Amino acid sequence: QKVSVEVLDHLEQLALVDFRDSEGVERLQKAIQFADQLHEVNTEGVEPMDSVLEDRWCLYLREDDVTEGNCTKELLENAREKVEEYFVAPPGNIPLPKLEERETFLQGS
Amino acid sequence: CPERRLRSQVSAALKEGRVTPTELCQRCLALIRSTKFLNAYITVAEETALKQAEESEERYKRGQPLGILDGIPIAVKDNFNTAGIETTCASNMLKGYISPYNATVVQKLLDHGAVLLGKTNLDEFAMGSGSTDGVFGPVRNPWSYSKQYKEKFVPKSHSEDEESNWVITGGSSGGSAAAVSSFTCFAALGSDTGGSTRNPAAHCGVVGLKPTYGLISRHGLIPLVNSMDVPGILTRCVDDAAVLLGSLAGHDPKDSTTIQDDFKPFELPNLADVSKLSIGIPKEYHAPGLSSEILALWLKAADLFKNAGAKVVEVSLPHTRYSIVCYHVLCTAEVASNMARFDGLEYGHRSDRKDSTESMYAATRREGFNDVVRGRILSGNYFLLKQNYEKYFVKAQKVRRLIADDFVKVFRSGVDVLLTPTTLSDAAPYMEFIQEDNRTRSAQDDILTQAANMAGLPAINVPTALSERGLPVGLQFIGRSFQEKQLLTVAKWFEKQVQFPVIQLEEVKRHDNGVFQHQKSASFS
Repeated sequence: QKVSVEVLDHLEQLALVDFRDSEGVERLQKAIQFADQLHEVNTEGVEPMDSVLEDRWCLYLREDDVTEGNCTKELLENAREKVEEYFVAPPGNIPLPKLEERETFLQGS
Repeated sequence: CPERRLRSQVSAALKEGRVTPTELCQRCLALIRSTKFLNAYITVAEETALKQAEESEERYKRGQPLGILDGIPIAVKDNFNTAGIETTCASNMLKGYISPYNATVVQKLLDHGAVLLGKTNLDEFAMGSGSTDGVFGPVRNPWSYSKQYKEKFVPKSHSEDEESNWVITGGSSGGSAAAVSSFTCFAALGSDTGGSTRNPAAHCGVVGLKPTYGLISRHGLIPLVNSMDVPGILTRCVDDAAVLLGSLAGHDPKDSTTIQDDFKPFELPNLADVSKLSIGIPKEYHAPGLSSEILALWLKAADLFKNAGAKVVEVSLPHTRYSIVCYHVLCTAEVASNMARFDGLEYGHRSDRKDSTESMYAATRREGFNDVVRGRILSGNYFLLKQNYEKYFVKAQKVRRLIADDFVKVFRSGVDVLLTPTTLSDAAPYMEFIQEDNRTRSAQDDILTQAANMAGLPAINVPTALSERGLPVGLQFIGRSFQEKQLLTVAKWFEKQVQFPVIQLEEVKRHDNGVFQHQKSASFS
């Protein structure tokens, strides 16, 4: 059961990562096939496990005290584009071009 | 293993002034330079290391060393943040990224006076089982250049020579394993999500410890799978691993997945009597593809325990074979989430695209990630789609519980420690390894190590013997949650019994000033 181009396109948009070539798509197909083995296991009545530490409740709330910060300079050091204390991004709220207009391998499919 | 121990050899030597921290540091740096062909290091922090060594020397002169680790050269896998030092995760995405902070484990090592020599090579973003898929190239197993391997090497054709037939280190912490194995440092940090510390430890003939999930802080370890990642410890003997563990374990307020219990560092007793011990041999670990050599070694080890008076029982972990599939789904799902932070805006590589934020993100990620990483992100996103969530992600979480429960049942039945192989075979030649793709290899190679990550249990690889090809083979011990002392005590006893041989490397001989003494030791097989 092959994954449809619509789903592949959807994945590229969600992940913001491209399949690059037929090998990439093949890789996904194989991954799904591999994962399908899970359905051999009977999990009737079994609760999903989020964390192995579920019995030792680690997550706690602490007092809302500021214990560190004031590291603006350090945090900005690794950004390529910045203005004063802002990270600069290209214009937002512009969706990725549709499949037909994108540079994606999927176009040919 | 007195010759290789931190405590009895180097630490004592430092304390007594027989060698100074700066001498030690310089020797390690020189050895790193002459073993450059191994490609174990991505960054060598020569200046800062020497400075740390000098500071350590001052402390020794004043008679105030910070502890056993003071002045000891160590290496850190390049997926741990190290302040002021480039942290790349062997990816184009983070080339040039200078961490603004130290990972908690790095800070702890520095606070104990350790000398940070550099950052070691790995598979890109720790995804892989060969340390072959990083942008800085593959890591070579030091044993490829050992007398033991060269003696046994039989070329399959005229054109084949030892040079082109070097073997892999295993992965993903291959650089760290190679660094420890080739004596360029005394201990190294790795990470372990599916076996990434134990696998290269087995192939490189060093001790590789995966601590219990929640024992050691992950703050500053660039995450792969938040629910399974742990920092790993690589050393040349079990006692050293206990020393490292002692300095690293404990609650970290910056990592809410560390347990709050007090951790007391311990020294390992010399176990004389194993009669009260119950060793479990999980039959499912006789996995398809397990080499007959390793099977024989595993059985021999079981006999060793039996003859020494321990109770050795066959046990069953019925869901073992689904561990890899389960891992595959959970790992890719968490990866899809964890890799979302790499968008070029705050750090790392940034594409030149300016038309929109989304297209800049997409281009940055296209340029920054390799095939393996991109493949996992896409698979993960597939399993997390609304229509697939229950079917794959939640299903995998349920299977995870079954796998964890398997272990609980076995330990509840009275077994103290499990004994299994670590890898299916000895290290493969690089040329052979790359014939299969990363996912296939990982699925094959992680089969014996993965379940311990699934259940969060501590596990350790102990180098056991040399294979017919003259390469290291290790065996794995899996312990109860947070029972590292018992696990390491058993491992130490076993290590003493097997007397794994010291690697005979030309390079090391040249730099040997008695600090890296070689000892003729009886080998196990």
